[in-house]
Amino acid sequence: MSPPPRTTVAEEALPAAPPARPRPATRRPVLEGPLTRGAGLAGATCLLGLCVLASLAYGSVEMSWGTVVAAFTAFDGSNEHIIVRELRVPRTLIGLGVGAALALAGALMQGVTRNPLAEPGVLGINAGAALAVVLAIFLLGVTSAGAYVWFAFAGAAAAAVVVYALGSAGRDGATPVKLALAGTVLAALLSSFTSAILVLDVDSLDQFRFWVVGSLAGRDMGVLVDVLPFLAVGIVIALAAGRALNAMSLGEDVARSLGQRVALTRVVVAVAVVLLAGASVAAAGPIAFVGLAVPHAVRIVVGTDWRWVLAYCAVAGPILLLGADILGRVMVRPAELEVGIVTALVGGPVFIALARRRRLASL
Amino acid sequence: MAELRAEGLTLAYDGTPIVHGLSLEVPPGRITALVGPNACGKSTLLRGLARLLRPRDGMVHLDGQAIQRLPTKQVAQRLGLLPQAPIAPEGITVADLVGRGRYPHQSWLRQWSREDEEAVERALRATRTEELRDRPVDELSGGQRQRVWIALALAQETGIMLLDEPTTYLDLAHQVEVLELLAELNHAQGRTIVIVLHDLNQACRYADHLVALRAGRIHAEGPPAEVVDAGLVREVFGLECRVIDDPVTGTPLCLPLAAGRRRRNDRVAATTPRGAE
Amino acid sequence: MTATAHRRHSRRVTLRARGRGRAPELSARLDLRVLAVLAGAAAGILAAFVVGVGHGDFPIPPAEVLATLVGQGTAEHEFIVLELRLPRVLVAILVGAAFALSGAIFQSLAQNPLVAPDIIGVNAGAALVAVSVIVLGFPLGLLAPGAFLGALGAAVLVYALSYRRGLSTYRLVLVGIAVNAAIGAGISYLLTRGEINDVQRATVWLIGSVYASDWGDVRLLGLALLALVPAAVALGRHLEALQLGDDVARAIGAPVERARLALVVVGVALAALAVAVAGPIGFVAFIAPHIARRLAGTSGAGALPTSIAIGALLVLAADIIAQRALAPTALPVGIVTTLLGAPYFLYLLQRANRLGRAV
Repeated sequence: MSPPPRTTVAEEALPAAPPARPRPATRRPVLEGPLTRGAGLAGATCLLGLCVLASLAYGSVEMSWGTVVAAFTAFDGSNEHIIVRELRVPRTLIGLGVGAALALAGALMQGVTRNPLAEPGVLGINAGAALAVVLAIFLLGVTSAGAYVWFAFAGAAAAAVVVYALGSAGRDGATPVKLALAGTVLAALLSSFTSAILVLDVDSLDQFRFWVVGSLAGRDMGVLVDVLPFLAVGIVIALAAGRALNAMSLGEDVARSLGQRVALTRVVVAVAVVLLAGASVAAAGPIAFVGLAVPHAVRIVVGTDWRWVLAYCAVAGPILLLGADILGRVMVRPAELEVGIVTALVGGPVFIALARRRRLASL
Repeated sequence: MAELRAEGLTLAYDGTPIVHGLSLEVPPGRITALVGPNACGKSTLLRGLARLLRPRDGMVHLDGQAIQRLPTKQVAQRLGLLPQAPIAPEGITVADLVGRGRYPHQSWLRQWSREDEEAVERALRATRTEELRDRPVDELSGGQRQRVWIALALAQETGIMLLDEPTTYLDLAHQVEVLELLAELNHAQGRTIVIVLHDLNQACRYADHLVALRAGRIHAEGPPAEVVDAGLVREVFGLECRVIDDPVTGTPLCLPLAAGRRRRNDRVAATTPRGAE
Repeated sequence: MTATAHRRHSRRVTLRARGRGRAPELSARLDLRVLAVLAGAAAGILAAFVVGVGHGDFPIPPAEVLATLVGQGTAEHEFIVLELRLPRVLVAILVGAAFALSGAIFQSLAQNPLVAPDIIGVNAGAALVAVSVIVLGFPLGLLAPGAFLGALGAAVLVYALSYRRGLSTYRLVLVGIAVNAAIGAGISYLLTRGEINDVQRATVWLIGSVYASDWGDVRLLGLALLALVPAAVALGRHLEALQLGDDVARAIGAPVERARLALVVVGVALAALAVAVAGPIGFVAFIAPHIARRLAGTSGAGALPTSIAIGALLVLAADIIAQRALAPTALPVGIVTTLLGAPYFLYLLQRANRLGRAV
């Protein structure tokens, strides 16, 4: 007879706890019941609306609300109006799309692998997409986002396959720690390859170092239009995957016995993740932590019903990303801090605080 | 003979007390079984006795001295523990793993003395694992692996052995194999054995001293024949049963009354009940 | 004093020395396979050493190299060998040894073959300081000591943040990821703000190179390893106990928390030192212990010396390849270790997956 299956992630976090010990009650989510959750979602959407407005109003150039409104109602070609319409609107819209995409990608990965550490950045998928984009731009001379988004997809897909194979090696399959470590190894490897390529060519390095940080700045509507179809398809698949993830969360064997087509679900979710992560990287460069932190925070509020988690992620992700972007624009005026840096600097401590709690929001 | 005693022991995890003010004297040279429902604290108690848990209150005494004050190496020379589901390093052979049990008798200068060699041999012989000595532990069956871990505890050459559910993941034949081995070690070598068991009937068969725990306190303790009856099982496990004499060993045998549709009402009177129904 | 050697089973030799009267008995057990691997690696290092010293713009044949080393060479050869090339070769050996030993310690502690000192933030901390020095224009003499302190600081931070009534690998990995990401953001920020030539130099440092090694580096590494390597080997027994899990380790009397802390300190010090001198040379800390385990067939205390030897050989060989592969352009050694090490790592894991065993 084989030894018992690996303890769950939450138990691993406790120092040497024996299995027989009585468990304290699982933390109840903040919102329970469809009415309160629905109300919460509505509230979050309003908050998102405010963020959108803030993103239009605040930035490295100060301007009044009146000016912002006037940019739409009474456009007069002034500098400030141009900034609002040509710079901030695309930036905000891309932030909306990418924020939702990253949060959903992270949620999907956490749901299908039952691993609270999963997210496109941690598992090396972003690094794969980034490497592919670097190869496309600097070796093949591809220049438009719409073209190198395909490379981003290829890179993301390859990285996803590799990290899953790496993390499943060994006796006990894909445990959370092993998957996270495999992803770290892969990310390190891929970024080493990227550095190796760049160090041989100063000009590429000069361009790449700005892109690799992850930023919403300097993207125009063309970029958004190029990646929008992929984002849209990915988001639709993600939002529809809630029921499947609920079944998967009981373990594959139970899911199968409930009639869930596990392999198909995995493939569909993987496709969605690749679309979402790939499109995000193509539009804004690799941004970490959004996919990791947002699903955790959402699960604390709303519980573990994936249908609600995904819905909330679609709203909370952009809130986080736009918030980080606004912070970056405002903190070091008149210069800007790229959003990828802000999410890492802010997301890091938040995540550490989460890791120190006795249980991360369990799956 | 090594003596192990707990006095007013309170053990807690993250603030939640599991064992409350428990006092227990482990009879030396005997097999003591800790039984009880899930989450009654039997594993916790064992770990407290083995000084793996610092007690919130009360003390554990080993040979009359407070166990917390003894150097851990000294304790390890007198008290051995086999925890639940132990994990062996990848690829390690049986002989190597058993050899690690000699740690408390070794030092930087004395890394592998003749006594170590002989202790390992004795341990392998006692557990009948000599032919497995060069095989990797991961390739063994569950029963074999458990015997190897017991060999490690044996190689430690302690007077007292504590085992936390050593039979839980084994099939029936292997369970019996392990229990027979422990009984032999107790009778032939006089080791004190404290064992946490899930199976009440096995505990009755093999234990000299039974300790029934409930909600972190001792509900009853004593020889199984005196302690185990239907009343005890009802109070401790919440289970209605009939307790009869085991036809093979004469020890108490607990037969749950709930039996699906197979219960035979007419034949019930033919068996001799133990204690009130 | 009587000394005896017993060979009980095919792989182990026990040496015992018994004193007269009441002197304590000494005994040690040696694994023949480990000794064989050490001997092989030593031979390899020697060969690579001679080749490495002989290579360059002025190739020097091996016989001349050996002659110069014993003081019989020409003045010209002496300068080239002793001042230019020997330091570099020695640093490669010592850095490889340090990285490999650190990796072996962490992999054993975490019971996980995917662990490397970097999960505890060592490389990131050193990188942050090093990149700051290069990009912000601080005096370059501050780079190595600063990087060392940065590495230590990051490791302490990760340890402190993940310590909560004891150390759990799971929390350590999580906190390590977060700290690495935060520090990485800082590094990216610096790289976007710096002047492009500085940024290029910083990027080269980030890849890992032994190019600019001098005798000061050799002395520093040599002295430190002289202290740390015996410390690690002495802790080998405790490491073996810890491998059995905390409960069993405590049950057999090992000082679990103290031993683990000591091992972590030694592991971090080794990695911090190596990174400060040569930058984060990719994958050595991962691969060398794996190869050592595979060759020597043991994951216990015997794995430590073999890891050291394999690590030294690896970096030295990689440096030779890095210098020759695209001659006359010299590549940083980190590129070679990454380009060779990573696919090998993937192969190792794939093979283990098929065999149903972890590496």
